Amino acid sequence: MEIDRSRWTHLKALEAESIHIIREVAAEFANPVMLYSIGKDSAVMLRLALKAFHPAPLPFPLLHIDTTWKFRAMIEFRDRFTKELGLDLRVHTNRDGLAQGINPFEHGSSKYTTVMKTHALLQALGGGGYDAAFGGARRDEEKSRAKERVYSFRDGHGQWDPKSQRPELWNLYNGRVRKGESIRAFPLSNWTELDVWQYIYLEGIPIVPLYFAAVRPVVEREGSLIMVDDERMPLRPGEVPAMRSVRFRTLGCYPLSGAVPSTATTLPEIIQEMLLARSSERQGRLIDHDEEASMELKKREGYF
Amino acid sequence: MNDQGEIARDVEGWLARHERKQLLRFVTVGSVDDGKSTLIGRLLHDANGVYDDQLASVKKASARGAIHDGAGGGEAEGDEIDFSLFTDGLKAEREQGITIDVAYRYFTTPGRKYILADTPGHVQYTRNMATGASTADVALILLDARLGVLPQSRRHAYIAALLGIPNLLVCVNKMDLVRFDAEVFARLRDEFGAFARRLGFHDVSTLPVSARRGDNVVTRSLKTPWYDGPTLLEYLERVPVGTAVDLAPMRFPVQLVLRPHLDYRGFAGQVASGALRPGDRVRVLPSRRETTVRSIDTWEGELAVAHAPISVTVRLADEVDVSRGDMLVHCDAEPRAVERAVADLVWMSERPLDLRRSYLVKHTTRVVPARIERVLGRTDLETLETLEAEGMALNDIGRVVVSCARPLFLDAYTANRVTGAFVMIDALTNDTVAAGMFRDDAVPAAEGSARRAMSLVGAAERRRRLGHAGAALWVADTGEASRALAAGLERALFDAGAVASLVEGDAGATALVAARLVAAGVVAVCLVAGADDATADTVRLDVGEDAFIRVEDADGAIATLRARGLLG
Repeated sequence: MEIDRSRWTHLKALEAESIHIIREVAAEFANPVMLYSIGKDSAVMLRLALKAFHPAPLPFPLLHIDTTWKFRAMIEFRDRFTKELGLDLRVHTNRDGLAQGINPFEHGSSKYTTVMKTHALLQALGGGGYDAAFGGARRDEEKSRAKERVYSFRDGHGQWDPKSQRPELWNLYNGRVRKGESIRAFPLSNWTELDVWQYIYLEGIPIVPLYFAAVRPVVEREGSLIMVDDERMPLRPGEVPAMRSVRFRTLGCYPLSGAVPSTATTLPEIIQEMLLARSSERQGRLIDHDEEASMELKKREGYF
Repeated sequence: MNDQGEIARDVEGWLARHERKQLLRFVTVGSVDDGKSTLIGRLLHDANGVYDDQLASVKKASARGAIHDGAGGGEAEGDEIDFSLFTDGLKAEREQGITIDVAYRYFTTPGRKYILADTPGHVQYTRNMATGASTADVALILLDARLGVLPQSRRHAYIAALLGIPNLLVCVNKMDLVRFDAEVFARLRDEFGAFARRLGFHDVSTLPVSARRGDNVVTRSLKTPWYDGPTLLEYLERVPVGTAVDLAPMRFPVQLVLRPHLDYRGFAGQVASGALRPGDRVRVLPSRRETTVRSIDTWEGELAVAHAPISVTVRLADEVDVSRGDMLVHCDAEPRAVERAVADLVWMSERPLDLRRSYLVKHTTRVVPARIERVLGRTDLETLETLEAEGMALNDIGRVVVSCARPLFLDAYTANRVTGAFVMIDALTNDTVAAGMFRDDAVPAAEGSARRAMSLVGAAERRRRLGHAGAALWVADTGEASRALAAGLERALFDAGAVASLVEGDAGATALVAARLVAAGVVAVCLVAGADDATADTVRLDVGEDAFIRVEDADGAIATLRARGLLG
């Protein structure tokens, strides 16, 4: 029997597992949706989904929660990319939060995130009647994620109870939910940041240019470099944006995404920088610094 | 990732090497005091799987002494880093000072990417260990050099073997506390090795370590000159992976049918074991139709061969009926197609097993209603002896007879960890209540029950003969009126020319009988005592949404049958 294990790499194994998960969700749920955050993890998840159903089209829509504070380059990329691929993209914004003028500058990252991201997500999932939502979260991102299931059960309020998660064995996922309950499915659970970058590199997956270094206007606040992406950013007295060569390790809302000084303009350079930098990618994400167990609290409330 | 120099010089070369990495899954089991969290923290730290900001937050917590007086395995003194803090994740757990669930960790070397399932080892967490162990290639068990082999050590090895992990690695930890005594190590290695080898592992290895000081974890210890085996990391780098899945017969459970246009009909799934090639003669189960593989499609193009565990889409040469839950196999190596089988079961629910109830079994991509017909025995987790038992409760391990409403295509778990595995789901709570592993044992005869053999007659043929399709009409037995309703409905159906049959009994038993009648093309009127939604759900799932009707009144039920085209 001919066995060629040398071709069977860790990325092939991860890919096969992720495709299996995506197909299971598509087969077992009535109305799934794929959360699309425009970031690198979403880019990989989307590519895996396209592979899972090839040559058929995606059997579910994409959903983007638009806080209205995303980088402009992200929105441009989103619209162009999904149009090129002919994907069914749904965009949702928390209109109540917008009407109340909730923003990251005046209301703090915690309240802003709860209203414009968590509440918006729950509105969109409830409104769409989705019984399963794919997310691109990985278990290596952060400690409370390490115990997350591939199928993460959420109650009727979209909330997560770390003590009542279903046991998950082999590749036999239990997708049974009652009306109103739902599952968040994480096909990238077993991928690491390095795996994601390697896959993007090997597969030539398009990503938002903000991941690559370029000269951009930034101000330094509480040790983080914040890019002045539009005129809505209030400058503090004496604050003058400086043009610096920076890039982003994670993308989200521009006022909450810290840039890192960098000259990396190719994928190998980005990977090199990541491997040599030795600080985990969430450091650039300001919402996690609020308190040590912050992600766990957010997830209990319904955050991804 | 101790190759910062190479990364700085030649990242593309580094990436090229890391493209060829293999994947190794391993599970660590241990109790609060044996230093498991410290060992993992040390492994991650020394293999550079921990980032600097995580290190900073752990140093902060170590200094605060948050859990040092708890039972969290925190062994740090003074300025030392408490390595156990890397792996104790959730807030509630940090407060209790114990790890209560399965946590997954990741690290990489140039040779392998590692997925580590970190599980607690108390008796009451058997289910968590089973969860972490289900896909592992290696089980890592710690012995405390001072305490020797404890009952829990034997229990962990037993569960690892039960879950089919081929390789057992025993780390004799806290060697620093016995002054790195070679005699102590040799005694524990021989004593535990003799026990573990009887459990059926492919390989059992033992090594002396001190997790707290890092001896023989990643770096070879100078204090164990008498030991010439590998360090922990060296062992993990060399242990063989994935051979069993290559050598097992080909199994392809169908996940879904892709039909983008009229000229394309592909069956998507993951090759569970063995290899599939275009031109192979295959049999579709359960229909047993034979056909040939026309092509194996992927996003990248057609493949000349698909080895497990790749996810692909298979096209067949003939127009045969295939749907989710079916399985493609080679004609000369079929699995068993059975409705009753003996299995080992790990019970995972707070609610004990109920022999009268119907559950759902999920096996590969197939979900069928099933009952546990009989408990043959239970393992005493202290002595590992088999005891007689009538039932099973949380964290029990037992041997049972499973009886399914439709056949499963299965292999013994020892031969195939995909087609031998199943989970049981409670259709009422939707909880996963048990994990099961099929065995080859002969099935004890059931008292007074008949078996349905593998059928060569299709549903469409039956329908042509009988002039109607099979259906389940569900009547809750709430008293005299409901009994009259059911009996009247059967009469009315018979008068309308249908083959109808009235079934009466408790929910679980009725469900199984109804499923078989419907498969035979009969309209089954089910009068169910103590009808619960869960059982109704299992029947609905089994017979199909269309063929299941909850009866309010007889005329309405017959009208619904006609409206759905089930009755001419």
